[in-house]
Amino acid sequence: MSTVVLLLFTGVGLGAIYFLVASGLSLIYGLMHVLNFAHGVFLSLGAFLGFEVASRLGASTWTGFAASLLVGALAGAVFAALTERVLVQRLYERHIEQVLVTVGLGLGAVALFDGIWGTDPRFISGPAWMSRTTHILGANVPNDRFVAILVATLVLVGMVLFLQRTRYGMIIRAGVENRAMVTALGIDVRTAFTLVFTIGGIAAGLGGVLASHYFGYVSPLLGQTLLIFAFIVTVIGGLGSLTGAAVASLLVALLQQFANYYLWGTGDLAVVVLLAVVLLTRPSGLMGRRA
Amino acid sequence: MSTSTDASAGRRAWVGRLLPLGLVVLLACLPLLDLNLPGVLPGPTYTPGTLHLLALAMVMAALALSYHLLLGVAGLLSFGHALYFGFGAYLLGIVMTELELALVPSVVVVLLAGAVFSTLLGAISLRVTGIPFAMVTLAFAQAGSVLVRRDPGRVTGGEEGMRLPTEHVPDALVGVADTRNLYWLALAALVLAFGLTTWVQRSRAGHVAEAVRENELRVRVLGMRPFLVKLAIFVAASVIAIGMGMVHLLLNSGAVPHIVSAEFTISLLLMVVIGGVGSRWGAVGGAVLYVLLNQRLTVLAQAEWVHDLPAVLRIPLSEPMFILGTLFVLVVMFLPGGLAGTVTRLRGRRRSGGGPEEGAARLEEMDDDEQDQTVGAARP
Repeated sequence: MSTVVLLLFTGVGLGAIYFLVASGLSLIYGLMHVLNFAHGVFLSLGAFLGFEVASRLGASTWTGFAASLLVGALAGAVFAALTERVLVQRLYERHIEQVLVTVGLGLGAVALFDGIWGTDPRFISGPAWMSRTTHILGANVPNDRFVAILVATLVLVGMVLFLQRTRYGMIIRAGVENRAMVTALGIDVRTAFTLVFTIGGIAAGLGGVLASHYFGYVSPLLGQTLLIFAFIVTVIGGLGSLTGAAVASLLVALLQQFANYYLWGTGDLAVVVLLAVVLLTRPSGLMGRRA
Repeated sequence: MSTSTDASAGRRAWVGRLLPLGLVVLLACLPLLDLNLPGVLPGPTYTPGTLHLLALAMVMAALALSYHLLLGVAGLLSFGHALYFGFGAYLLGIVMTELELALVPSVVVVLLAGAVFSTLLGAISLRVTGIPFAMVTLAFAQAGSVLVRRDPGRVTGGEEGMRLPTEHVPDALVGVADTRNLYWLALAALVLAFGLTTWVQRSRAGHVAEAVRENELRVRVLGMRPFLVKLAIFVAASVIAIGMGMVHLLLNSGAVPHIVSAEFTISLLLMVVIGGVGSRWGAVGGAVLYVLLNQRLTVLAQAEWVHDLPAVLRIPLSEPMFILGTLFVLVVMFLPGGLAGTVTRLRGRRRSGGGPEEGAARLEEMDDDEQDQTVGAARP
């Protein structure tokens, strides 16, 4: 029982991090039809800058942790907005080339991070409370899981409120639904493009800081590793669907944790099998529009 | 590629045929010559180091040709092509060690297994098109990469990599002194891959695949089955990649997990796009340029004078992938059509013919395909 509870919380915590990466990817794809290969780099940059700030302000203080989250989100947002404005927007409507540009950016940025921070993982620590555990139903659950879950929930709620209640949110939703019509109504969707990239960058930056606490280290490849699982999550959840991304994040992360424990460490393979099954039965994903 | 019908077309066709032949003869003679290309090659052409680098460039060129079949002909953006390359390299070693077969029977076994394997995975992946296809192939390759690294059956050597079981390989293909034999093998593999690619591209399946890339719905209305055609191209590209993986195993006397990784596929994408999407010579040129540039930049990163530079310049210069990534972004943004497209355009200007920007056009066709995904989710 205690093992199941521990796996459940660890899985949901990992799912929270997947969601932070996948939500941005899914929104960007939904609106712009761009598969953003540089998304992992937003995450890594957030993690590295967050780590730098936390270690300057005191890694074990709550101020340091809060500042690292803030800086991570900011770094992700700025980098993402710049990527959209400088690279992606110039290739307006040329989707494959937009993907290629993000591939190149991802490749170059990882190499640059290698040069700046080195290829070896940097081990990090947060406030003492985060490395302690809480006793729930006989299981000792590491506290950083709760932080990840809390932040991801806040991001989900924030995104939903933004998309449902604000004017820009409405434009984004309308753009996902039918971009040609939005343009025809005289609305400049390009602002919305920059906006979804920025939102995705914020979520990815937060995800980076939380992932570095979850895994206990930060390295230039952290983002790229998570990115592949985030891709799988977005395909399973249905491209362009925020709810789909949330559900699929939990599904994938839980499956991965349980398979790793009960099926001799085959979590990664189980996820790919799940992907194949979903594709064979519902090619558009669980909550895709063209089911 | 040229569609002009002027008087010099016949003469150009002759040159077009003789030039590659001359190039192959020249390349075949290189191990016997003492040529120096300072700044491009690490030493005279007969030295094992240079021959190894050139052989590697040729294997990568052949692999890029198989990727060209996917991207340039069928319009399939795959992020999992490395899986098949790695499949060939690893399985050849495993078959030789575990079944104790000699090289040639092992190669046959691996090719047959590879054809079945790629048909199976291709049939699943091709249920989706466009970007979802890219993600699915990426996921399969990731699973392969995880398997190779974890090494559950103690056969792949995990992170350390796998050693070539030399006892099952003819002596002529083992050892530094025999690098020239491996070089000739790589050259033969490249010529074979070029021939196969040309044949597939000119076959009925190739033509239908190009039509599917341009307008899938229309092909379907004409009563053809896009799914089967795309699957045929996918399997052909995969089998060529498997073959090149085997040559790579012999050439490097082993296999490392890197050759199954997503980064490896991305490097193929770089080669094909820099060379020019849709052009066979572009794929070859892009691959050779990539391999040589990568080697040169690695040497540059270790150079004395780079180490004395301030950090702002030192860090970017000592990361070859940063420079290659930047180059790639610049080509995508400012040189649509890559090297091949630029050559065509320059020629077109001289002849006032005005060559089309093939590569850019091809990528845009793929976009359309992606647009009508709502209709186009392949259902076999």
